[in-house]
Amino acid sequence: MLKINNLHARVEDKEILRGINLTVNAGEVHAIMGPNGSGKSTLAAVIAGKEEFEITEGEVYLEGENLDETSPEDRAHKGIFLSFQYPVEIPGVSVTNFMKTAINESRKAKGLDDMPAKDMLKLIREKSEMLEIDRKFLSRSLNEGFSGGEKKRNEIFQMAMLEPKLAILDETDSGLDIDALRIVANGVNKLKSKDNAVIVITHYQRLLEYIVPDFVHVLHNGKIVKSGTKDLALELEEKGYDWLKQETVV
Amino acid sequence: MAYTEEELKKELETKEYEYGFYTDIESDTFPNGLNEEIVIAISKKKEEPEWMTLWRLESFKIWKEMVEPEWANVKYKKPDFQAISYYSAPNKKPKYDSLDEVDPELLDTFKKLGISLDEQKKLAGVAVDIVMDSVSVATTFKKTLAEKGIIFCSISEAIREHPELVKKYLGSVVPQKDNFYAALNSAVFSDGSFCYIPKGVRCPMELSTYFRINQAGTGQFERTLVIADEGSYVSYLEGCTAPSRDENQLHAAVVELIALDDSEIKYSTVQNWFPGNKEGVGGVFNFVTKRGLCEKNAKISWTQVETGSAVTWKYPSCILKGDNSIGEFYSIAVTNNYQQADTGTKMIHLGKNTRSTIISKGISAGKSQNSYRGLVQVNSRADNARNFSQCDSLLMGNECGAHTFPYIEVRNKSAQIEHEATTSKIGEDQIFYCNQRGINTEKAIALIVNGFSKEVLNKLPMEFAVEAQKLLEISLEGSVG
Repeated sequence: MLKINNLHARVEDKEILRGINLTVNAGEVHAIMGPNGSGKSTLAAVIAGKEEFEITEGEVYLEGENLDETSPEDRAHKGIFLSFQYPVEIPGVSVTNFMKTAINESRKAKGLDDMPAKDMLKLIREKSEMLEIDRKFLSRSLNEGFSGGEKKRNEIFQMAMLEPKLAILDETDSGLDIDALRIVANGVNKLKSKDNAVIVITHYQRLLEYIVPDFVHVLHNGKIVKSGTKDLALELEEKGYDWLKQETVV
Repeated sequence: MAYTEEELKKELETKEYEYGFYTDIESDTFPNGLNEEIVIAISKKKEEPEWMTLWRLESFKIWKEMVEPEWANVKYKKPDFQAISYYSAPNKKPKYDSLDEVDPELLDTFKKLGISLDEQKKLAGVAVDIVMDSVSVATTFKKTLAEKGIIFCSISEAIREHPELVKKYLGSVVPQKDNFYAALNSAVFSDGSFCYIPKGVRCPMELSTYFRINQAGTGQFERTLVIADEGSYVSYLEGCTAPSRDENQLHAAVVELIALDDSEIKYSTVQNWFPGNKEGVGGVFNFVTKRGLCEKNAKISWTQVETGSAVTWKYPSCILKGDNSIGEFYSIAVTNNYQQADTGTKMIHLGKNTRSTIISKGISAGKSQNSYRGLVQVNSRADNARNFSQCDSLLMGNECGAHTFPYIEVRNKSAQIEHEATTSKIGEDQIFYCNQRGINTEKAIALIVNGFSKEVLNKLPMEFAVEAQKLLEISLEGSVG
């Protein structure tokens, strides 16, 4: 599904990713953990194709295709979805209208006609029920005046609507109370299949109790310094990151 | 795909005016310059009665004494009023029974504009009175309207056929001496539309006019008069486009609305005159006076989408004279390249329990300057007057400007006035967020701009809203349209 090869990336003069290697296969859940400033969000943004970051070395492949020349919207059309850590507000554009535009743009890229209104409504009903989202919520302006939790739940709703091949959840758990966390995690678990993959970026092991990862990677200073199974997350919870930092120095 | 502000800017600059063609129709054009003889000649040409000629001459006298106003936040080379021709009419003055008789080249022009008469005729519920180079050349649906007693015709025709109404109301809301351009218009207005809705009649269709400036160097001086008698209702649409031209074209229209007791007038405008090229050369000077008078329980709504003109100076206003009357102003003004817009409204509260709402959305791109200027005035006798104003600005790029000049004058303690203003910028983060959901940058900008303008777009009649949305996209984007 996703293959990242010796990836180096920087913003302006600052090198943030310093040689990332990562392979994610269909059906897998990977967790990426690490201290603040280790490059987790940068990695997510680079996979999604954010132009602000310059790739100086290495490649990102999706299903064998080098994404180097692929625009962010084309990556989205190919099935990459990023749940933003800080979702932006778009005043005057309702969640429904935004999703309608997004779905139809993706369909257009694939040479399909717009989704019939009836099917769209059905899809919206189905996915909003799954994530226990009030229908009134969907007519509100995108993220405007949403609480932190509402924003995150809305991100997962969009993910459910778009049914991506590769979903990257960038600190989706931050700002969620325990109930919202459970609903969001349930949603993600229901969407999981043998054909798609999920990368979960988080600080805490709490989310990983609900979305159980097959692999856990620790990012430090722009590199993956340790990989393991879900037990690694528990170990980190207990010991913090310092022992890993020291290990890397040594 | 990279999409930096730099590139966005470049793309916006290269958007050419898509209606920039010129129709070669034989015209009957007066020599340049303005004096009493010209004023008399215009009046004669239009076969006007003496009282009208005298009214024009009086206006001309007033205008001669006035100076061009300079308070607006716009910079331009003042027109040389002696270098303008004050009358131009399509030569074969048409008195057609059917479209077949209309100059085919003219019909072709309308087709290019996407408003072919054929189409318009079929569009149920829309009557079109087309003003091209100042003379009405076709009026449709007249019969249906006549059955209800509704008069919808050119102002010239109204002067001849309904002098009692014109005499009573012309200049009653915008007096000849009101301002420099209104005085000029009163002296030389070439044509325009007239509409009268009788007592208790609800106009069954949207009344619609398309204005178009076409003759090189010809000033366009439209005069519109809409009268809604007691308890009546009318929705009036005005839409404009103009061909590209190198020299600046002057447009100084006057629109007067009279809403008698318990009546309602909804006046919607989509204005898309040539804004000049990307270096800021050419383009229409648009100095318009629009004002409505509300009697008891009457309501006037102005809705405007302004995307065109090099310089815009326009303040559709309401005089809330009658008790319980309502004034509304909904505006979207888009400026790009070197366009300058100074637009807003005046809400004059004279009666008791009068209410007004102002929603203004300014969108600036390129090197343009976009100003909102509004006055809310509450008179000493206007007990319990209420106003709500909201002025939002959206900026694209770093070289444009947005300005807000709200004036509030309150002489009655029971007044409640609210004013809100915001300024925002289309951010790269917003664009990237949309991109990530599969929406390309162009579509993303359209989505954001439409969202920003939604409160106003919602006020437009359906068919106009679609056109307006398209215009917003054309005005701001590289390849849409």
